[in-house]
Amino acid sequence: MSGDLFMEATQNTMQVGTAQAAASKATAIDGPVRVSIRALNFFYGTNRALKDIDLDLPEKRVTGMIGPSGCGKSTLLRVLNRMFDLYPGQRATGEVMMDGLNILAPGIDLNALRSRIGMVFQKPTPFPMSIYENIAFGVKLHERLARAEMDARVEWSLTRAALWTEVKDRLHTPAAGLSGGQQQRLCIARTIATRPEVILLDEPTSALDPISTLKIEELIDELKRDFTIAIVTHNMQQAARCADQVAFFYLGELVEVGTASQMFTTPRQRRTQEYITGRFG
Amino acid sequence: MSDLAGHIVKSYEAELKRLRDLLVEMGGRVEAQLAAATTAVLEFDLDSATRAVEQDPAVDALEREVEQFVLRLLALRQPVAQDLRAIVAALKVSSDLERIGDYAANVAKRSIVLSQFSLPFKLSGLANMTRLVQENLKLVVDAVGDGDADKAVQVWRGDEAVDDIYTAIFRELVTYMMEDARSITPCTHLLFIAKNMERIGDHATNIAEIIHFATTGESLPEQRPKGESPNYAVIRHRSS
Repeated sequence: MSGDLFMEATQNTMQVGTAQAAASKATAIDGPVRVSIRALNFFYGTNRALKDIDLDLPEKRVTGMIGPSGCGKSTLLRVLNRMFDLYPGQRATGEVMMDGLNILAPGIDLNALRSRIGMVFQKPTPFPMSIYENIAFGVKLHERLARAEMDARVEWSLTRAALWTEVKDRLHTPAAGLSGGQQQRLCIARTIATRPEVILLDEPTSALDPISTLKIEELIDELKRDFTIAIVTHNMQQAARCADQVAFFYLGELVEVGTASQMFTTPRQRRTQEYITGRFG
Repeated sequence: MSDLAGHIVKSYEAELKRLRDLLVEMGGRVEAQLAAATTAVLEFDLDSATRAVEQDPAVDALEREVEQFVLRLLALRQPVAQDLRAIVAALKVSSDLERIGDYAANVAKRSIVLSQFSLPFKLSGLANMTRLVQENLKLVVDAVGDGDADKAVQVWRGDEAVDDIYTAIFRELVTYMMEDARSITPCTHLLFIAKNMERIGDHATNIAEIIHFATTGESLPEQRPKGESPNYAVIRHRSS
């Protein structure tokens, strides 16, 4: 086992040259890019929380964002679906391009944007309504579906979120009756119900037990067939397990981006090494 | 490696140091074993031969200790990046050191047989070779202890000279055997002894490569400097 591990690590280093070239392109992974972030700066009042970020979210891949608290990773997620618009005094400069459209531009339809870029939060946030209505509610904001179509959409979402078999017999009972892990999968089902292109996950398992966490991680693996995913996590092992590319943030800067295997075997930047190995002073 | 800050969890830092110390201890024992085996051959000293052979179980025990320690660290600390590289490297280095110990013990055993013959020639080539191999081994054990990639590169480059001397000894011994059939037995033992020394050099080079990768995250080129292959020497000998 260790031999293979070492071999893989060795092979990874042989790709360092390519990875370095890729890093300057703001991604570690070749292929189509779903979201392209360029020269992004973000301000909470006068406080600059993100500094000249260049980062690509490759299509149908998982991008893990890691870094100590306050490094800007959650801020970046909030920028990606314009959540910050809800708060006065917060502003972003630069570009976040999706399908040739700068989502930071004024005049963007925020409801439409948020149906294309869905978000799941740290704590499960089911609405105080039935399991069925939790899913249907968001869909109704964007689409008018006949009853049978809505039933089909609810089933599709719950199935994709690996929750259908557990709840199909109690769809009309309150969502609050679900366990924490089930509630989080319900929130993921609700997010994918509007069929977004990008899913943002902000520490989606930090409030869950290890088995529920693994179920969410398995789900992420499933979902990346159809969706582009960005996940913020404090759990290094989770980033290592889930992400295709990993971006390390520190004090509002993107320090390093690389494939997960490169970042966890042969990171290039000293600060990345110190952080992921638990040496941060 | 050493220029990084220390771990927040001090017991982890202490465990990594303990792992390094184990390797250095193992390296030290193997160095002593090789020194004893060398004295046994070059000075026909039976006591040294016995000492070299008797060291072997202690070296084997250290290898097992490293192995168990590495498994525990992998399971409990889930190391990444340079810690992961260092821990996996430790496993590989201990296995290389153990092999070096085996070769040294084999050299010592052959020296006992060899002492029953009177050799009509000097072992100056072998003396040169063992000196180089011992120097390389010492340097690579230092590299292990200090996580020093520069020393590792030095060892990696140094192996070429060892290979060259081995090729020369090979030719020399073949000549003696052709001249006098009675020398075949001692010369064959000497050939194996030289081969074992050459293998020890190779294992030292392996360790150097492992330490270089563990320390810097970059592999040394696959092709290390190589002298003329001894097999090639035979082919040329026949055709000339």
